[in-house]
Amino acid sequence: MSGEFRGTERYIATEELMSAVNAALVLSRPLLIKGEPGTGKTMLATEIATALSKPLYEWHIKSTTKAQQGLYEYDAVSRLRDSQLGDPRVKDIRNYIMKGTLWEAFECDVQPVLLIDEIDKADIEFPNDLLRELDRMEFSVYETRETVRARHRPLIIITSNNEKELPDAFLRRCFFHYIRFPDAATMTQIIDVHFPGLKRDLLSEALKSFFNVRETPGLKKKPTTSELLDWIKLLVAEDIPPEALRSDDARKLIPPLYGALLKNEQDVHLFEQLLFLNRRNAR
Amino acid sequence: MLVKFFFLLREAGVPVTITELLTLLEALASGLGVGGPERFYHLSRTCLVKDERHYDRFDRAFAAHFQGAMDAFAVIARKLPDDWLAKNAEKLLTAEEKAAIEALGGWDKLMETLKKRLEEQKERHEGGSKWIGTGGTSPFGAYGYNPEGVRIGQDRSRNRSAAKVWDRREFANLDDSVELGTRNIKLALRRLRRFARRGAPTELALGDTIDATARSGGLLDIKWVPERHNVVKVLLLLDVGGSMDDHVRICEELFSAARSEFKHLEQYYFHNFVYERLWRDNRRRHSEPAATAEILRTYGRDYKLILVGDATMSPYEITQPGGSVEHWNPESGEAWLKRLLNAYPKHVWINPQPRGRWGHIQSLQMTRELLEGRMYPLTLAGLDDAIDALG
Repeated sequence: MSGEFRGTERYIATEELMSAVNAALVLSRPLLIKGEPGTGKTMLATEIATALSKPLYEWHIKSTTKAQQGLYEYDAVSRLRDSQLGDPRVKDIRNYIMKGTLWEAFECDVQPVLLIDEIDKADIEFPNDLLRELDRMEFSVYETRETVRARHRPLIIITSNNEKELPDAFLRRCFFHYIRFPDAATMTQIIDVHFPGLKRDLLSEALKSFFNVRETPGLKKKPTTSELLDWIKLLVAEDIPPEALRSDDARKLIPPLYGALLKNEQDVHLFEQLLFLNRRNAR
Repeated sequence: MLVKFFFLLREAGVPVTITELLTLLEALASGLGVGGPERFYHLSRTCLVKDERHYDRFDRAFAAHFQGAMDAFAVIARKLPDDWLAKNAEKLLTAEEKAAIEALGGWDKLMETLKKRLEEQKERHEGGSKWIGTGGTSPFGAYGYNPEGVRIGQDRSRNRSAAKVWDRREFANLDDSVELGTRNIKLALRRLRRFARRGAPTELALGDTIDATARSGGLLDIKWVPERHNVVKVLLLLDVGGSMDDHVRICEELFSAARSEFKHLEQYYFHNFVYERLWRDNRRRHSEPAATAEILRTYGRDYKLILVGDATMSPYEITQPGGSVEHWNPESGEAWLKRLLNAYPKHVWINPQPRGRWGHIQSLQMTRELLEGRMYPLTLAGLDDAIDALG
């Protein structure tokens, strides 16, 4: 094993996340990652690849993606066309087999990291179609009657947004980790990593404001880490003083540049109403 | 030891299998999970739990099983703080913060208080303003913003005091027996939609035809697929007013989700129980009622009937003619419900009351019997079951 994962300069991993990743590394089992949007699920694979200097293969899943496409695709149509044009390539079926991401990862010379992003977007049967591939790390190519085996079992990171339930048989083969929304301390670390020179007081005010917004009951979409980072980027760019963020300031209804945090006009409206009520009560 | 834990988990409702236990043992054998109870907790959770909804159940089972063992760990862990805290404080505190500490009576005094707190913490700690590590008003802990705060339970410290992560039960609200939002309901209802795509293959599958033709070397091989039409028809009857007031929000969510999910959705309201009249618009319930008999005639047997109500009322409202709270009903609600159920063989009753309370309400039990048990709680799991029953 080439070292263990401890997070990177740009990515703060909690103790529990590290232990999950390392377990997946040691036992070479796929790791299924869930969590609120914006908690760095997709980033994780990239960062593991950087930290352990392994090549990264990404397979982004869409609602139309089929499991077969990750293995290979047989382009029957162009073979038909070539045969009618008398192209000599047509003799060898290999010319029409397009390798998928999984195949490429299996062929890698060193142990790669393979990201299967947003597996829940695909058809409900999708994970079932990958059971043998993930378990034995091999598959057979029907057209050429060959079997492709992984040279090094890749570290597979699978992310899901919980839009569909994943089948039990699939889950049994994976490790699972749920990325919890970071607490204030972790959040401070994350921001430190992204904005090293940030003024302390601005940071603490911004965080306070941010967690206040998050705790507003009834929000349709709670702001997440990536939105917080965007917002701070804006605050820095606009050079907003920390005083402007102080929430006990009754004249300020809503944090400046809130558009980065609240993405929904109902939420903005709700937030304004709550603040209005607060202000009235304070009087 | 772990076998007992394994069965405890299964008892607690975490769906673990032998494969997963073996994986955990394999992981332990290869040296993972060494270095403190918390590591072991994380490792075992990674291996055994595959759904964040079960995290809470896992936490509880873990706490129950390892209670004694953890106390032993706690004693070891408590011996460390003095040295470690001082070292960490150097790293964590800025000059200003140190000045602030001075203002509070100096580092030693702060440490003394902290030690006292740690002593107190040997007993079980549940919330409160003193408990170190969960923020709040205490100057000790990782969550506070006050400069005089001492960060304990920071990420990198493996000797976090007694490591009761599982006791905090942070995942309690992810358990799927709690209520759900519109989006979850939509996803649950979406499962009904799938049934609508079945039928006779009548449409030319262009892609498949080309593919098959090419594969058979140019001989035309036509493929068909069933037409994609959403034929699911839903008749939704919602209880409004009275005891349903407590459940308005969740019913609204169910309704708005259903509305966007089904093209053929007919909804009517009733109060407490179904009688000879229902109404479409709650504001015009008296001016524009719809006769239940007419509804029965209008919508065919292929409609799926979903009743939403808490079925909490006086039993007479079900069994007696004239039992309704609002008007004189010539026939009992029971008779009308039976008619509806006969007319629509695919039917369920979704009840926003928590299932635990069902046994105590007589009218609810009676309704359930009328439905032959096809009553489901308004939770994600309950909705799934309801849709299975409809499909």
